[in-house]
Amino acid sequence: MNRIISRSVLLFVVPSLVCFLLAFFVPFIWGVVLSFCEFTSLTDVTFVGLANYIKAFTVDGYFIQSFFFTIKIALVSVVMINLISFALALILTSGIPGQNIFRTIYFMPNLIGGIILGWIWQIIINGVLVNFEQTILSNSAYGYWGIILMSNWQNIGYMMVIYIAALQTVNTDLIEAAEIDGAGRFRTLTSITIPSIMPSITICFFMTITNSFKIYSQNLSLTAGQPNHQTEMVALNIYDTFYSRIGFEGVAQSKAVMFTLAVAVISLAQLYITRRKEVEN
Amino acid sequence: MKKVLVSLLIALCSFSLFAQGGAENEVYYLNYKAVAADIYTDEVAPAFEEETGIALKVVTAASNQYTQTLMSELAKNDPPDIFQVNGVVGLQGRINDVAPLENTEFYKLLNDKSTALSANGHVVAIPYALEGFGIIYNDAIMREYFALPDKAVDISSAEEIKSFEDLKAVVEDMTKHKEELGIDGVFASTAMAPGSDWRWTTHLMNLPLYAEFSENSEGLDAVSAGLAATEFDFKYNENFKQLFDLYLDNSTVSRALVTSRTIADAMAEFALGRCVMVQNGNWATIQILGVDGNVVNADDIKFMPVYMGLEGEEEQGICIGTENYFCINSHISDEDKANADKYLTWLFSSPTGKDLVVNRLGFIADYSSLEDTEPSDVLAVEMQRWMGKEGTKTIPWVFSCIPSDQWKMDFGSALLEYVNGTMEWSEVVNVAVSSWAREAELAGR
Repeated sequence: MNRIISRSVLLFVVPSLVCFLLAFFVPFIWGVVLSFCEFTSLTDVTFVGLANYIKAFTVDGYFIQSFFFTIKIALVSVVMINLISFALALILTSGIPGQNIFRTIYFMPNLIGGIILGWIWQIIINGVLVNFEQTILSNSAYGYWGIILMSNWQNIGYMMVIYIAALQTVNTDLIEAAEIDGAGRFRTLTSITIPSIMPSITICFFMTITNSFKIYSQNLSLTAGQPNHQTEMVALNIYDTFYSRIGFEGVAQSKAVMFTLAVAVISLAQLYITRRKEVEN
Repeated sequence: MKKVLVSLLIALCSFSLFAQGGAENEVYYLNYKAVAADIYTDEVAPAFEEETGIALKVVTAASNQYTQTLMSELAKNDPPDIFQVNGVVGLQGRINDVAPLENTEFYKLLNDKSTALSANGHVVAIPYALEGFGIIYNDAIMREYFALPDKAVDISSAEEIKSFEDLKAVVEDMTKHKEELGIDGVFASTAMAPGSDWRWTTHLMNLPLYAEFSENSEGLDAVSAGLAATEFDFKYNENFKQLFDLYLDNSTVSRALVTSRTIADAMAEFALGRCVMVQNGNWATIQILGVDGNVVNADDIKFMPVYMGLEGEEEQGICIGTENYFCINSHISDEDKANADKYLTWLFSSPTGKDLVVNRLGFIADYSSLEDTEPSDVLAVEMQRWMGKEGTKTIPWVFSCIPSDQWKMDFGSALLEYVNGTMEWSEVVNVAVSSWAREAELAGR
């Protein structure tokens, strides 16, 4: 039996491995190579060394600016998304009436695509601001909070589902024992529940951090980086770099490589930190 | 057995990935004109297929996304056979993708061969539609205004507006009478929503560009002088500003709200009779008459030059030029190239094709085959009227010399901040000047 299983592993792994290599690994390597080249299509490539990496910083300062703007978005939305979705998960596992309906409703925004979501929120936000003779582009703070609001609305339901699944696996014996020992609800939460669900917290943080950094379509349809690049996130900056000048494809590619590295470093650091806090059940 | 399965799966996987797309005997055209998208798919494609047996696939790029769409479509297995470039600057980016056209039947139709663009010693791009822009106005409301007993101006028809002073006097007086005229404002929204600012960054900008580059041209025409310009002083920025302000202050919406308005909003306001004037080009006819609930009579849609107080503007006509050049993809088979030529020749010289070009697509093109046709599109007729008008000077499209799309984005962002009141006008001028210098250098001028 075991032999059959171990021999069939290959059969199950190969299709996705092939797809992974072709659709992810090969383009990734190509992408890194292209960042050192000037190109207009994949058949017309000239090696230019580090020129693209230098241009990414010297032509204008928007790459750095958009990077810090993205970090500002990520910091606030990661904290808000996780706090709110965890709180919702707690409420919706406490046995209140209709909790399944609420779980479904909170999950639904996640099913709407980014561009449409951006348009919907743009209409809502402009609809509110029109009462004050303003639009979402009148002040960059509106765009900033608009993006955070939207990513909260989109991600909270998803993270909530992960937290609910985790909360349902917490060992009830431990909670009962804690209650007998006289622990209050808050103490039980911090000393029993949270340590038991650390693996889910790791996952949720990882996903919210990478999601926040990768925001593109929502940014494009909500503000398109206006006014004057002040609400431009990195992904949008890279896209605009690619198309706005002739011969700047490679510069955009070098920005993309640097961006990938930065996100990888940040998420690996986060994984390392939260993993250390995980306990064996 | 398993090995067979494994190899079968791999084979299936790779087959679907590398399978060649694209049907036999099909011409693929990547269309730029979003307003004409339905006409291509519903009328041009069936007619071409019926008469020649060759299928026609037309894909239309979303508004302001042509460069992006073209770039990704060209990288595909089934790339477009025919695409468009917007002039010399656009051609530079596609220089390796354009096929020589001097031996095509289509090129033979072109009357003035000097209007085609060349690169690497070959003719590679052929203009296919002359276009004009100016201030479009609804003459019915204008007549209503000029019939008012208490109007504050001496002139008595829109035709008599000959300068910025006239325009300003009429517009400001109309704003005072807007309730009697049943309008929300004289001008449609000065749409500044993302992707909608090109009417200001390119078209409105055309007049200051023309004025400046005509002066420093050293014998060159303004377009050639602009294409060589490493510097742009924005000498006539005050003229730009005074007309832009007139648009903003006499509009259907307040200055603060224009950043939420799109071009489609502006054209709808015009079509619904909520405003009298809108700055746009002859392609807008389809848009105006296509709006549900349109109340504007086709005969009342007229053109007026863009007056901003430049010297000699009483003789100024509307701005006429083209951003529309057909190119044939150099990477396709000879058979596909021949089919592409066949399609273009069919469209501009067969009876069915000519009818579609003139009456449905509304193109005005300088081809020998079209000499016996008359445009039916109202703004196209207006355009020809202005071109043939005694004592007026047609302004060429100098904005095609703008060194990069980045310049348009930078200037558009600065205008947006000016509208928001967060940037002084002098700073907007600085942005236009410094961005030009940088972009011209990056473009290798």
